[in-house]
Amino acid sequence: MSGEEFVSLSLVPLLTGIFVAVACALPGNFLVLRRQALIGDAISHVVLPGIVVAFLITGVVSTWPMLLGAAAAAVVAVISIEAVRRLGQIEAGAAMGVIFTAMFAGGVLLLEQSDTSSVHLDVEHALYGNLESLIWLDATGWSSLWDIEALAGLPVELPRMALTFVGVALFIALFWRPLKISTFDEGFARTIGMRTAPLGLALVIVAAIAAVAAFDAVGSIIVIAMFICPPAAARLMTNRLEHQVAWSVLFATFSAVLGYVLAGYGPLWIGFADSVSAAGMIATVSGAVLGATAVFGPHRLRGAQTSIG
Amino acid sequence: MITDALLLQLGYNATLVTLGAALLGMAAGVGGTFLFLRKRALVSDAISHATLPGVALAFMVMVALGGDGRNLVGLLSGAALSAAAGLLVVSWLSTRTRLAEDAAIGSVLSVFFGFGIVLLTVIQTMSAGRQAGLEGFLLGSTAGMLRADALVIAFSAAATLALVLILRRPLTLASFDPDFATSTGQNVTRTDLAMMGLVLAVTVVGLKIVGLILIVALLIIPPVTARFWTDRTDRVVLISGLVGGVSAYVGASMSAALPDMPTGPIIVLVGFALFVVSLLLAPGRGVVSAVLRHRAYQRQVHLRQGLLALAHGQPIYERMTLRLLRRQGWALPDGVATPDGRGRATRALRDETRWQVIRSDPGFEAAAALYDGLTPIETVLTPDQIVEVDSRIMARSEVSA
Repeated sequence: MSGEEFVSLSLVPLLTGIFVAVACALPGNFLVLRRQALIGDAISHVVLPGIVVAFLITGVVSTWPMLLGAAAAAVVAVISIEAVRRLGQIEAGAAMGVIFTAMFAGGVLLLEQSDTSSVHLDVEHALYGNLESLIWLDATGWSSLWDIEALAGLPVELPRMALTFVGVALFIALFWRPLKISTFDEGFARTIGMRTAPLGLALVIVAAIAAVAAFDAVGSIIVIAMFICPPAAARLMTNRLEHQVAWSVLFATFSAVLGYVLAGYGPLWIGFADSVSAAGMIATVSGAVLGATAVFGPHRLRGAQTSIG
Repeated sequence: MITDALLLQLGYNATLVTLGAALLGMAAGVGGTFLFLRKRALVSDAISHATLPGVALAFMVMVALGGDGRNLVGLLSGAALSAAAGLLVVSWLSTRTRLAEDAAIGSVLSVFFGFGIVLLTVIQTMSAGRQAGLEGFLLGSTAGMLRADALVIAFSAAATLALVLILRRPLTLASFDPDFATSTGQNVTRTDLAMMGLVLAVTVVGLKIVGLILIVALLIIPPVTARFWTDRTDRVVLISGLVGGVSAYVGASMSAALPDMPTGPIIVLVGFALFVVSLLLAPGRGVVSAVLRHRAYQRQVHLRQGLLALAHGQPIYERMTLRLLRRQGWALPDGVATPDGRGRATRALRDETRWQVIRSDPGFEAAAALYDGLTPIETVLTPDQIVEVDSRIMARSEVSA
């Protein structure tokens, strides 16, 4: 494959995939340790009603209203889950199950009832996105990377995802110590005067921002996978949080690259004519990584069975 | 049209599907209760998402064998196999590695679903077979169902419900008190396995009706709804089955009668509506009754404090207290007690003084623990004890005088 083809066809989806994977995996480390791993699952389901309502209000499929709608839906979901949990004294998992399924069902119904035949908006798209369609038409080769005019034609998803990644990374870096302490010992964090509740909420919000920014490009399934699989695999590799985060970034990047390549070229290698879903393949690769660490990871066992290091 | 559907007047197939949905809803409600009581509600989300690769693989196998790949029994068998695989992986990850169950659930559901999507895109490029309809497994679609399929669904839903009813006793025991169940010689591990088998059956049968993304709602919403109405396990099971059955029945008929109404989401939304009604209106645990209870308590506290203030001859500045006293006819607008109010104030003060006596005496410790500033002491002490308390008050006032 020539550089020209690679830059215009594959570079953008590849980079977007990497940014999505890492932006989700970073907060995912803390969510997995805090036993809130399924928050990513809930958020990515409730994004659908948000974008549908945004579409019904504005009448167009454009980025910012949809992102706002999705973010609003995520906030509504977090508040409702908390309300159901407190008002009904219901266990968190069940409260989450009630709210996210109901909101997703509402989104599907709204979508079916409204006329969206003229626009590209459907349930399948929200589920597994369309990473492959992020083609950089103006690119003529590697030199386009220094060409302002060509860069202007870059698919908007890439800079948006890059920005999200930077934001998430900044949040994690700035609040590293409080996040670490409150994740491992919330009681201790409180006794030294840390405000753990707002911090926990901020973490969920950052995760929601990453999920919302990512779903449009890659769909929700990859978001859930990246929130959980790379951090979970990294958790089985090490006992130190710093190393765990590093491993998770590595695993996320690896999954994104290998998944994209396998989806795009894998079928051609074994004699099929068409490529398969990149989002699905990235999730599958991340699962394979998790499977490998679950069998061979040096810290795969609980407690005293592993050395502390 | 909608009444026609509710009264099962939309033809043989629609009737079969609606009845099948109702049976499935009941089975899901009852089975989901045990899952909910064991606090493992979201395991079903992993199971349901894990069905997708099985459906796709079954389709491919059937096409490879020369069929058109639409045989529902074949597709559902594939779904059951891969869902079982997903369940095994969840329990393996959460018992054999140090990952928590939520991480295991999330990774299984996303990876299996992602792999299923990969297989679906492979199927889309296959020239053989009739692929239309596989997407129906995502969100459920009962429109245009073949008679044979409708029969399969109605029968397997009935079988699942029968299975739930047979297993009800051991499941109730194991989910309510696993230790006691073990001590009576029950094999709780095996009961848990049976519970998961039931959830699996509900999921697989529900694939065509509710769809794999939302079937988890049918297992979670009914028990959560039922929990508002009662504290007894057997009644939670009953009400939950009812809620599940009604949601599925009404949802399936609405979907059959009205245009552009996907079956799964409608069923879920009907269930959610029942949930919201219960959250608000259920006696005891509902929000409205909690608010009313709080208001009544607030009123009692204000009246009591107001009466004590009147008894001490202190002015009342609190507006709500004054308003409540006036409405009872115990005080005038300027805060002066009426004759009735004066009598009650004296009684309240006497009650409070008696309480103070027994609270300072370790001999009354058990009774004093019931003090909340509202309970009349007559409900706690016998008349003899009250006489004794009063004599101490007299003695004390003589000393101070």
